[in-house]
Amino acid sequence: MVARIVSTRTDAEVSLADTFGSAKATLPGNAVVKEMRETAFGAFAAHGLPHRRIEAWHYTDLRSMMREALPLAPLPDVRALEAVRVELAAAILPAGPRLLIVDGTYVPTLSDALPEGATVRSLADVLAEGRADLIDKLAAAKFAVGDSIVALNAALMQDGVVIEVAPGAVIAEPIHIVYATAAQTPVARFFRSLVVVGAGAKILVTESSLGAGGRVGQTFGALIFDVADRAEVGHTCMMTKTEPGSLRLDTFIAELGADVTFSSFALVHGEGLMRRQLFLRCVGDNTKAALNGVSLLKGRDHADTTLDVEHIGLGCEGRETFRYILDDSATGVFQGRIRVAPGAQKTDGKMMSRALLLSDDVVMNNKPELEIFADDVACGHGATCGGLNEDQLFYMQARGISRAEAESLLLEAFASELADNIGHEGLTAAFRAEVADWLAARTVKG
Amino acid sequence: MLEVKNLTVSIGDRKILDGLNLTVKDGEVAAIMGPNGTGKSTLSYVIAGKPDYTVESGEVLLDGENILEMGADERAAKGVFLAFQYPVEIPGVATMTFLKAALNAQRRQRGEDEMTTPAFAKKVREAAELLGIKNEILKRPLNVGFSGGEKKRMDILQMALLEPAMAILDETDSGLDIDAIRIVAEGVNKLRTGKRSFLLITHYQRLLNYIVPDTVHVMAQGKIVRTGGKELALELEKNGYRDFVTATAAE
Ligand SMILES: Nc1ncnc2c1ncn2[C@@H]1O[C@H](COP(=O)(O)OP(=O)(O)O)[C@@H](O)[C@H]1O
Ligand SMILES: [Mg+2]
Repeated sequence: MVARIVSTRTDAEVSLADTFGSAKATLPGNAVVKEMRETAFGAFAAHGLPHRRIEAWHYTDLRSMMREALPLAPLPDVRALEAVRVELAAAILPAGPRLLIVDGTYVPTLSDALPEGATVRSLADVLAEGRADLIDKLAAAKFAVGDSIVALNAALMQDGVVIEVAPGAVIAEPIHIVYATAAQTPVARFFRSLVVVGAGAKILVTESSLGAGGRVGQTFGALIFDVADRAEVGHTCMMTKTEPGSLRLDTFIAELGADVTFSSFALVHGEGLMRRQLFLRCVGDNTKAALNGVSLLKGRDHADTTLDVEHIGLGCEGRETFRYILDDSATGVFQGRIRVAPGAQKTDGKMMSRALLLSDDVVMNNKPELEIFADDVACGHGATCGGLNEDQLFYMQARGISRAEAESLLLEAFASELADNIGHEGLTAAFRAEVADWLAARTVKG
Repeated sequence: MLEVKNLTVSIGDRKILDGLNLTVKDGEVAAIMGPNGTGKSTLSYVIAGKPDYTVESGEVLLDGENILEMGADERAAKGVFLAFQYPVEIPGVATMTFLKAALNAQRRQRGEDEMTTPAFAKKVREAAELLGIKNEILKRPLNVGFSGGEKKRMDILQMALLEPAMAILDETDSGLDIDAIRIVAEGVNKLRTGKRSFLLITHYQRLLNYIVPDTVHVMAQGKIVRTGGKELALELEKNGYRDFVTATAAE
């Protein structure tokens, strides 16, 4: 019998293998890291791009949606960096040091020094140096087990930042990780960053993007928080300014010690295909963690937020609150899994997603899940989908407010209700401005 | 002047208003009394422009102009105001923001300049004080967590700010204690000036002790079945609506 070998790999998978083959010799890292990359790519290759039969990717079938894999972004050249410098100078960001990541590469010459108590190094340096504890945290082996996109990021990570915050340090102003693009042709960027927060330290980290200037690209990012006891950590991510036809896949990982206060807020309103997958482990006792997000989608945008929250410590509180506004033919995905380990008694977990559907052609997929292995816990979830409330609209119109303005007021209220969770005035204002821009564009169109 | 002529309105295949006729002259305070479920709120919604209803026939004229084809916001700018039987909660929209949006929207529709924030804030504070509305409430989302009485007063505050030509008050007295009724009535009486007309919809005669109407209409089964002076309210209080309901049912 003659076995017929059929390649079932997609074009994108084939080019990713080529990319890894030709880049692995030059990607940063010592021998241990190179071995890790090989293993990671092996894991990716074994499964290929995730598809609808992979539960966590059921509503975002990357294998069919990602038609091609773009070439790896080159190191930005001097001219490109100058363009980014100009763009950065014009950008309006709240005060605080900026760390620039251009096409996946950390650029110290465009970045600020961090205040006392915090240090930053490039991921490339850390991988080359090979300090075991940092490599361990970067590998985040306990998280996202079996996720081939996280494996792909581990195999191809070009650069990123490694921030270390000393125990007890209080960093008053937010540390901004700013993503910029420089390549003149469509490229793929892979970056991974790590924030190690010492016991009792206090910081706020933001992620935002500079305008991409009309270039299509693929972005595979990962940000890992390792938070020691009693620390207070805030995080915001503005997943904005992606271009139509582009792809952005972000993985967010956080491991929290005891008595930690952790809060993360994301705004998703780029264009194209966007996915944020968040993995959170509350390992210590009495930690409070809140994950919040608002997605504003129109056109044919597809935005997926997938959570995996694991409670291991005693008496932790988890609050996951996500909102979506969907217009035109946009698709929203919310998947949230709360896992309570045996022994994680007194866990208090609440997950909620609410979606406002503004057109008949939108799709919202909600999938909350609870897996509870402890008996003394209070966990719940809820999901709602619906249109704007007609009684509220009529009440406002009866006071003279036009239908369009009434809709805008209600949409703004819906999107902004979570803004109090940001916990920083400047960042809240920046968020509100983004929401207002999105609504203004909607009104003009309507 | 408001003229409702031969108005027939249905929801789905159910007829609610049945050839209703009603005139409220400039400066007139008219009251409509009638049993529950007779269509009083429906009438007020149809005049204000709520879209759920089908107008089968008839007209609603404001100063001679048919307003039935206009959107609710346009009618509001022309001076129609409805104090809701059940004011709506609007989470996330601060009361002050809402009031300012409403006032300026009407001013824009009428081609007037928008009001500046300080002038507006002063106007609101003064009007709120007269109605016994605490400042703290103005910072909260509109009507969210307000008591029944606070919601009603908030609607009257809006009326005071918007200075409508034709104000319809749908059971503004229900759910109010006697002190609150007195405060609301004072607010209304202060606005009884010039050409401004009122249509008071009420179930009980009590409110009419404080806001004395020029005319009283009795509504039953979707139409006005009797019209008289303020003494008609006292008669209804004594005898109830039974005569009217059976009289029309027998027709
Ligand atoms: N949205 C609706 N759908 C169906 N029936 C309605 C609706 N609103 C009101 N009705 C019916 O219309 C009739 C008149 O209601 P309404 O105008 O509220 O009366 P009133 O204010 O006099 O108590 C009632 O029988 C009520 O049940
Ligand atoms: Mg009623």
